[in-house]
Amino acid sequence: MTLFRNLAAAAALLAMAAAPAAAQEKVRIGTEGAYPPFNELTSDGQLVGFDIDIAKALCEEMQVECEFVTQDWDGIIPALLAGKYDAIVASMSITEERKQQVDFTDRYYTSPVAFMAAKDSDITEVTPEALAGKSVGAQSSTISGNHLQDAYGESDVRLYPTQDEANADLEAGRLDAVLVDKFVGQEWIDSAGAECCTFVGEDITDTAVVGEGIGIALRQDDDELREKINAAITAIRENGTYKEINDKYFDFDVYGE
Amino acid sequence: MSGRETAGAAAEKPYVAATLIAPEPPPPSARRVSKARIAGTAMLLLWVAAAAGLLAFLAREWNPELLARYGPSLLSGLLVTVELVSLSVILGAALALPVAAGRLSANKLFGAAAYGYVYFFRGTPLLAQTFLIYYGAGQFREPLEAAGLWWFFRDAFNCAAFTFTLNTAAYQAEIYQGAIRGVARGQWEGGRALGLPRAIIFLKVIAPQALVTALRPLGNEVIFMIKGSAIASVVTVYDLMGETRLAFSRSFDFQVYLWAAALYLVLVEALRRVWDAAEVRLTRHLQRAQAAPKARKAAGKQMGA
Repeated sequence: MTLFRNLAAAAALLAMAAAPAAAQEKVRIGTEGAYPPFNELTSDGQLVGFDIDIAKALCEEMQVECEFVTQDWDGIIPALLAGKYDAIVASMSITEERKQQVDFTDRYYTSPVAFMAAKDSDITEVTPEALAGKSVGAQSSTISGNHLQDAYGESDVRLYPTQDEANADLEAGRLDAVLVDKFVGQEWIDSAGAECCTFVGEDITDTAVVGEGIGIALRQDDDELREKINAAITAIRENGTYKEINDKYFDFDVYGE
Repeated sequence: MSGRETAGAAAEKPYVAATLIAPEPPPPSARRVSKARIAGTAMLLLWVAAAAGLLAFLAREWNPELLARYGPSLLSGLLVTVELVSLSVILGAALALPVAAGRLSANKLFGAAAYGYVYFFRGTPLLAQTFLIYYGAGQFREPLEAAGLWWFFRDAFNCAAFTFTLNTAAYQAEIYQGAIRGVARGQWEGGRALGLPRAIIFLKVIAPQALVTALRPLGNEVIFMIKGSAIASVVTVYDLMGETRLAFSRSFDFQVYLWAAALYLVLVEALRRVWDAAEVRLTRHLQRAQAAPKARKAAGKQMGA
């Protein structure tokens, strides 16, 4: 019994010691790690990309310690709600559907979506009518995937766990077109997909489809963190840190109008 | 003493008791409150409470809008599961027979080939096999086109069904060869003594007895395939589980998983009943006399239909 009491006392002491450390604030950030150039895992397991650099800059601005957690895209919101991390910095579009579950900060960039197709493809128009009967793909649970499911009922819609797999099937000729975030598609077309594919048709910029830009998702009761991050986004926009990161990846301003 | 005399003596003094003890029911078992009974009842109550909790959750969270939106896609997912599993289990059975024959063969070459096949498909994950065949085929488009096979491998459902067939064939081959080995050698010898050809011995004597042994493991394999078909969603074939995940990732409503669980239960329960009926039919020669008229009636009905 004495041993038990000693242990309990030790545990209580430890808990008290840990409390101030927690108050110093450690923000855990969830990301996907499979979405170049925004977030990806290098071959030695390091997280790199625009999202990651922005998150690090924001944490520095807020003077908090940040820890990254990778999570599959399909489960990224449920894991936030379950408290596995406190914020999602993973190129998530701010949409009405998602707002019912999570809160968003202000946007930190904007991205249209666009169709990619094989270079020798006869696709010129990308309306649902023009793509009827064709096979179109996207990553599942993304704005692209949701848009295909909602508006392209006449096409054969195929949904993939990651963007890489949709790209592989476009290259293999299983898909006639892939709907993707413009910058992510651009990165692929500039590198691995250079030989096979190109963008077709007009970009889709309708906010009903692409939402109000890309934001950081938080749990709905986390107003304090949201205010802090919003202030930090404004600060890095103003002090040039944002531009520095932007120029590392793009030759134009991804923040948008 | 000669044999004839013994027989005569037995007829005079039959070894049958003149009076029989009247049959009695066994004494009533002592039903007393033991620790094990209390623990068992408590645990049972826990499960009942959990089930009641789930039902209450479903009733409270019941969302007809959600059902209208995602119900049809869940049902279409169920259909994909049923199609994929029935196709691959049937084709797999057809493929499993030559493999099982190879496993039983005395020929070293056939034996090694069948063993290698089973070894590979049981030794690697179904997920890896599905990836390998689907995206592997994508890498070899030109040679496949030249061979006139691309139309087949272009379609994701075909690739999934093909992989599942190869996979289940390996497991089924092991079930069949084990069951066939389990039939006593005397059954073969008896058939040969009657001058029956090997094929007839196999079909009429060995196979019916082997099927009794194979039936339950085969049922397990089909149930594993029903659950394993969720793997097909990595290659864009959205079965029941895939559609459920998709619905959850848009609605974030946990109850879609409960609906999926209910649909899986219905599916497995239907299968269980089919298997029970098949077992009654296959073991009708082992049933006791009282049960026989019922079985005969069931058999007669099947023949009539």
